[in-house]
Amino acid sequence: MKEFLMHDEKDGVGVAVIDIKSGQEVQGAALHGQAAPRVKALMDIPLGHKIALRDFKPGDTVMKYGCDIGKVVAPIKTGEHVHVHNLKTKRW
Amino acid sequence: MSISTFKGYRRENGRVGIRNHVVILPVDDISNAACEAVANNIKGTLALPHAYGRLQFGEDLELFFRTMIGIGANPNVAACVVIGIEPGWTQRIVDGIAKTGKPVTGFSIERHGDIKTIAAASVQAKQYVHWASEIQREECRAEELYISVKCGESDTTTGLGSCPAVGNVIDKTVAQGATASFGETSELTGGEHIVKAKAATPEIGEAFMKVWNSYNDMILKEKTDDLSESQPTKGNIRGGLTTIEEKALGNIEKLGKKTKFVGVLKPAEAPTGKGLWFMDTSSAAGEAVTLWAASGAVVHLFPTGQGNVIGNPIEPVIKLSANPVTCSTMSEHIDLDVSAMLRGEMSVDQAGDALLEIMLRTCSGRLTAAEVLGHREFVLTKLYRSA
Repeated sequence: MKEFLMHDEKDGVGVAVIDIKSGQEVQGAALHGQAAPRVKALMDIPLGHKIALRDFKPGDTVMKYGCDIGKVVAPIKTGEHVHVHNLKTKRW
Repeated sequence: MSISTFKGYRRENGRVGIRNHVVILPVDDISNAACEAVANNIKGTLALPHAYGRLQFGEDLELFFRTMIGIGANPNVAACVVIGIEPGWTQRIVDGIAKTGKPVTGFSIERHGDIKTIAAASVQAKQYVHWASEIQREECRAEELYISVKCGESDTTTGLGSCPAVGNVIDKTVAQGATASFGETSELTGGEHIVKAKAATPEIGEAFMKVWNSYNDMILKEKTDDLSESQPTKGNIRGGLTTIEEKALGNIEKLGKKTKFVGVLKPAEAPTGKGLWFMDTSSAAGEAVTLWAASGAVVHLFPTGQGNVIGNPIEPVIKLSANPVTCSTMSEHIDLDVSAMLRGEMSVDQAGDALLEIMLRTCSGRLTAAEVLGHREFVLTKLYRSA
């Protein structure tokens, strides 16, 4: 069993499918058979929450499902938790 | 698994239902007490109390009548008693339901009082229950179903598992000739371009965008700083969803991979043909499922992540979840556990087949978790303040 899933190879985040612990080396799986990365978690990532698969700076766009899901509002390092504290909608 | 058959109720107008309710329908809030008294007197009936029906006007009133007539006309209803404060609007609802050919009778309270109205309506309801209780289920084809789909308390697992499972059922059943509907206008925000591309013609895509733009304009006009904790909801956020765009992209998985939608419906409007239809609805579960029930949908597929517990009094709501924590901690609410999808042990196609099987068993009479637990959320959509 993999620790996180990716919808699309363009995605900058993966979804934890178990509770990931800080420091854990975790392997992804892509839903559509592409290669998925292995990263080191820098924080606890609860089941269902997102882990960064690359570094982001404020203003960057985060992709999931191969689509734009919002803008980065605080720096994010690979392996960190991506959620409401560092990612915001572009819509409202 | 190929599309199969189930045992349903074939109604006077040829439509197929999966339940056999005798409904006691209040026209207005002040007739709820009489309806509940009749339902208490006569076992086997179902009262549907609600909050509105007085001093509505214009488009809001039209939606109200469409909803009330549609609920009585739904093929899951065998017969209907309508009770209102005065005879005019009561008769308008009775006449609308009577077009289906099913038994329906109206009673009004003014110049009689509650007690005499309850007595007369109870006599009629008792006759309807005896009659309905002898109607036999007969073999029906799955393509005769009208299925509605909407998720609730979504999280990232709905986009990974339970919504794609529903999309797989939509692809399989609509290809065979079933009727289906999706909605949640505000909750398509961030994926509206994807929905538009799923329209059967460019004109239908433009009609969808007109509805979506109108809803989005309303949200932008009424919002405060943002919609945090309402879209996404507090529960969505707890489950890992961060933005409306992310939520919408998971939601849209319910539309399937191959199916194109063939038309745009107003709230509670009945489809005029087979295929997948978009309906303009709120994303609140109780309101949206009530609108679909009023449009004639007989079974609802409801993916949940964090565990929305909604049911509807006349349209059974089948819940599925791919979240292993929800399937374990809220198992009494979940009709189908697809959490194996997250472990890579169940494909989308396998999950779709499992959902199709539980849907057809439900259509043949298996009670859903929400029915057994007594969830009967009957929530009217109101467009603006009353006069």
